[in-house]
Amino acid sequence: MDGQHYDRRDFLRLAGLGGLVFASGLAGCAGRQAAAQQDFTFVQLSDVHWGYANPKVNPEANATLPRAIAAVNALGQPPDFVVFTGDLTQTTDDPKVRRDRLKSFREHAAALKVKQVYFFAGEHDASLDRGDAYLEVIGGSLNYTFDHKGVHFIVLDNTSDPAPILGDRQLAWLKADLDRLPRDQPIVVLTHRPLFALYPQWDWATRDGGAAIELLMPFRNVTVFYGHIHHENHQATGHIQHHAAMAVMFPLAPVGAPQKTQVPWDPAHPYKGLGFRTVSTSTAAPPATREIPLA
Amino acid sequence: MPDPAGRFVVGLVAAAVLCGTAGYGIGSVLGEPAPRRISLTAKKFEFDRPEIHVRKGERVTFVLTSLDFAHGFSIPDLAARVDLVPGKAVELTVLIDRAGRLVFLCDNFCGDDHDEMAGTIVVDED
Repeated sequence: MDGQHYDRRDFLRLAGLGGLVFASGLAGCAGRQAAAQQDFTFVQLSDVHWGYANPKVNPEANATLPRAIAAVNALGQPPDFVVFTGDLTQTTDDPKVRRDRLKSFREHAAALKVKQVYFFAGEHDASLDRGDAYLEVIGGSLNYTFDHKGVHFIVLDNTSDPAPILGDRQLAWLKADLDRLPRDQPIVVLTHRPLFALYPQWDWATRDGGAAIELLMPFRNVTVFYGHIHHENHQATGHIQHHAAMAVMFPLAPVGAPQKTQVPWDPAHPYKGLGFRTVSTSTAAPPATREIPLA
Repeated sequence: MPDPAGRFVVGLVAAAVLCGTAGYGIGSVLGEPAPRRISLTAKKFEFDRPEIHVRKGERVTFVLTSLDFAHGFSIPDLAARVDLVPGKAVELTVLIDRAGRLVFLCDNFCGDDHDEMAGTIVVDED
């Protein structure tokens, strides 16, 4: 494994030390084992936007992440791991505030009662400093791979450049990673923005995402999980399924709405539109998603 | 990844520069009117003209100046975009080939209210 991968003991230790920079690779024990695929579940949490402050949209902004974590911890079947798919924090022009938000987020995430937690950045975390604060506080890499019970996971970074791109260098890295895999290798891609042009009018696209999809097309079992659009969405490019998750902090209106808007808080239905998802993998079928509302 | 639409636009802009855009653009060479020039100023988190009116079939050169950031200027429906350079005018020439309302937006993440940095091109039929 060449990305960030924290186990619970690391988290507790980090929380106790606070503020210490986490060195990448501390828990590099996943390896690329050639294990046969087994059934397992993982949880996708997305768009936490820690530090967000707009009471008209979420008057309980400081309670939303703890609520989501409590819901994950209460799942009847504990997931093998949790992945946060970007926008861990709300953006800020102040580098110190950005770091403080990332540290506070990390400390809250330490309450997850799971063995492993994976992170990667969204544009709110990384675009304004090309990921410097994220790498300093969260550690690891902006793009990385890991393997779990026979499934190959690929984290793609389409947010650390102000432009919504993967870039030629990362595409070459992706190609090199894929070139060594058999065509029947189950692959899960984790990224923040949609790789396809979901709705470029609202900046819901990755300009060169089509090149990544083209590289993935020869593989029969590929699924993409992403965030960014703050609501559930399921689409396909050929045989590749793309699943967007609900946000933890605030929902955005879906495509078809008159304009791109944050959905106001509904006092009659607190937390409406917010949630996370569990993903069940199986040897017999593509990953199955289950959306868990926070309301 | 190569962007054919982007290269087309860049080609148009380059052609316009070579021909001289001050009243003697590529349109003039081809016997067509020179593109209408529309200036826009960008700053966090707005364009100074949130709504622009043009006619279907018109060629338009947007003259774009950013005051503070390498914003993007994108018209997704026309597959046209350009990166702005703070303090320097950048041009993007497009053919308005459809009627209706076309979104333009900053497509380089520029900060907290980046999502608000957008406008509308209202295209009227001839």
